[in-house]
Amino acid sequence: MTVLISGSAFDPWSYLAEYQRERAGQAAQTGATAVFVGSMRDQNEGHEVQGMLLEHYPGMTENYLEKISREAVQRWRLNDSLIVHRVGELSPGDPIVLVAVWSAHRKAAFEASRWLMEELKSKAPLWKKERLAQGSRWVEHNTPG
Amino acid sequence: MQIQVRFFAALRERVGVPAMEISLPEGVTVAQVWSAAVPEERLADNILAAKNMQYVGFDAVVEEGDEIAYFPPVTGGAV
Repeated sequence: MTVLISGSAFDPWSYLAEYQRERAGQAAQTGATAVFVGSMRDQNEGHEVQGMLLEHYPGMTENYLEKISREAVQRWRLNDSLIVHRVGELSPGDPIVLVAVWSAHRKAAFEASRWLMEELKSKAPLWKKERLAQGSRWVEHNTPG
Repeated sequence: MQIQVRFFAALRERVGVPAMEISLPEGVTVAQVWSAAVPEERLADNILAAKNMQYVGFDAVVEEGDEIAYFPPVTGGAV
């Protein structure tokens, strides 16, 4: 179970490949791996978005992501879980979040990865501020999952 | 007693400071800490509160040395 807050750009695919290599010893117990990657778009609510600042609450954000990871591992009997979330200044196209789970069967992998993303979005202390041509604005609503 | 108060995101910008230390009598609640720290603004229902980095309700009782944080609805993740 791993949680990481990254203050600089990360490549979710190479990070995942490295993580997968490190846990190769458990590969024979895993029938299903589900991966979700969320990235920054250049549009939101009808405006072109030039950049974004992602703020977090150091300490609480990590604690919260660890708490939901523990819950997911117990509830779906996962073999492992991984959450990486970006903070700081982002540009369109930059990866924001990586969620991956490993389990015996696909049902648990699909359900747990979706649940983790929805919990993260609705409760983890993270806030987006978009930079538009006309100035900056805090994002106030989440899109429905 | 001394309490550390923190604000995040849009709330931090509205209040004008990221953190403050305030002195209050024993037994106050998270709502009363807000009133003492930000007297010019009402504690809106959609504000989230944390005590020592755990979510709490506005009626939670605060103790010496606690860190109380207030923040707007969260918007992490993507899409």
